[in-house]
Amino acid sequence: MTVLAEPQAERTRRTRRSLTFSIGLILVGLHLAVALLTLVWTPYDPTGMAGGRLEAPSWAHPAGTDRLGRDLFTQIMIGSRIALVVGAGAVAIAAAIGVTLGVLAAFATRYLDDALAATFDILIAFPTLLLAMLVVAATGNASLLSAILALGIAISAIVARLTRILVKRVLAMDYITAARTAGSSWPSIVFRHVLPNIWPTLSVNFALQFGLAVIAEASLSYLGLGAPPPNASWGRLLQEAQGTVYTAPFGAVAPGLALVSLVIGMNLLADGLRDIGDPTRRRAR
Amino acid sequence: MASIVLFVLLRLLPGDPANALVSVGADPAQIEAARRQVGSDLPLAQQFLQFLTSLARLDLGTSFVSRTSVLQEILARLAVTVPLTLLSFMLAVLIAVPLGILSAVKAERWFGALISVISQLGIAIPVFWVGILLVTLFAVNLRLFPSGGFPPQGWAAPFEALRALFLPIVTIAVVMSASLLRYVRSATQDVLGSDYLRTARALGSGFAEALIRHGIRNGAVPVVSILGIELATTLLGAVVVERVFTLPGLGSMLLLAIEQRDYPNIQGVLFISTLLVLLIGFFADLAQRWIDPRLREKLGNIRR
Repeated sequence: MTVLAEPQAERTRRTRRSLTFSIGLILVGLHLAVALLTLVWTPYDPTGMAGGRLEAPSWAHPAGTDRLGRDLFTQIMIGSRIALVVGAGAVAIAAAIGVTLGVLAAFATRYLDDALAATFDILIAFPTLLLAMLVVAATGNASLLSAILALGIAISAIVARLTRILVKRVLAMDYITAARTAGSSWPSIVFRHVLPNIWPTLSVNFALQFGLAVIAEASLSYLGLGAPPPNASWGRLLQEAQGTVYTAPFGAVAPGLALVSLVIGMNLLADGLRDIGDPTRRRAR
Repeated sequence: MASIVLFVLLRLLPGDPANALVSVGADPAQIEAARRQVGSDLPLAQQFLQFLTSLARLDLGTSFVSRTSVLQEILARLAVTVPLTLLSFMLAVLIAVPLGILSAVKAERWFGALISVISQLGIAIPVFWVGILLVTLFAVNLRLFPSGGFPPQGWAAPFEALRALFLPIVTIAVVMSASLLRYVRSATQDVLGSDYLRTARALGSGFAEALIRHGIRNGAVPVVSILGIELATTLLGAVVVERVFTLPGLGSMLLLAIEQRDYPNIQGVLFISTLLVLLIGFFADLAQRWIDPRLREKLGNIRR
């Protein structure tokens, strides 16, 4: 293959980018549609017996049945809802805490800023999952809410660190000096100049963190620290599938595929957002 | 610094640690006695001071539940976690570095693109799912490796120990190499676009020669810092893989301690892992300076 000429290479790169964004949108949209659908309709009663125990996949049960004879496909569909709720909730909490702390650190006096920055760094050295485990342990018994809270708090350190760096970069700009000279108060600088400027980068990061939160929630549930049984989290489905791996080895495939498709969708969406959010590119269009 | 964060985090856990000692429905006098035993009736500052002095002596206390020394237990479990982490890490590097360089150099070819797509897949896959699938394939269907557990004799039975660790190592290495690969790839891309490589080529060295002589040393610096972070993450993240394969490592100790509210054990595991993470970071820094002499000169202002 010959080396492509510069403009053409740029064009293929851009079409590839918009393609990844579309695929991401479709994958996430599909999960969202399924999640909304489960609110009004599911193929089977999620908690009732729908067939024999540990049936292999068939037309009636596309993903098979679990050890209590419940339809796995129904549970996986409900899993979409739980994953989206946990992901959105965790990212919302992380955004609220993280952006606030990050902005505060960037505006604070040097010592406070250093202390906050060091704290973010140390917290980031611990994997999200480990911090979340500690928060779940702290909130006592595991529930859907404690999982959301735990992941939100764990991710907020990452958001805070990123926000602090981004805000500092913006604060060094001439237009901030100009706004200050013009007498703008610092809340007005934050809301009118800083946040709009860092939003594109932040939103890309939120999409990535959403995917990571979905994985972390599944891991929490897998470890038995996530939402308790009536909630069909993918992680718990996988944990149950591992328990019956000798009699029904197929049970671990479908929930994992569902999980991976949502996370990939989110990652692709983040890639696409990075492109759209880039103002220089927006102007060119 | 790290110990302060640790202490605050642990004290944020509601519920008195003494609760782990007394049975449900204990009367206030019993609870008071337990609090005195644990030391949670003392003022916070004094608790913290005690916490610091015992850490300095490496005395991590005794477990509430099993009444054994926390440090002894941790050392026994590190014998599983450390080999698991290091071997997976080495395997991941062996996979990621050649493939990452290849995918950057041959980005225009189909396999370059394929490697990128696979690594994109790799970062979206939870490690425990890979583990379960490998168990299904190699332990259940092919019966080549055990589906979990560790020989009770430990490393006294080296062959069985390695066999027990094989699937966990592959599991971690597969997931880790996917994310490592992306960093190696982008570092290589930076090298490929650099002026010094063009200069070397202009001076007549071959492409492979230029890449090996000038590229690897330059590209390695950012990759080494990522390697350090990844190694630390693997060490701390081993908890999930250890659960999948029911390995008696540090992670499963932490999980059990959290379930049992065994505070000395939680504290001990976190303290030792923080220590190891800081050590890894330190060595990654040293390695970077060894690779890049320029970093040695600005000793003062290096921040990871």
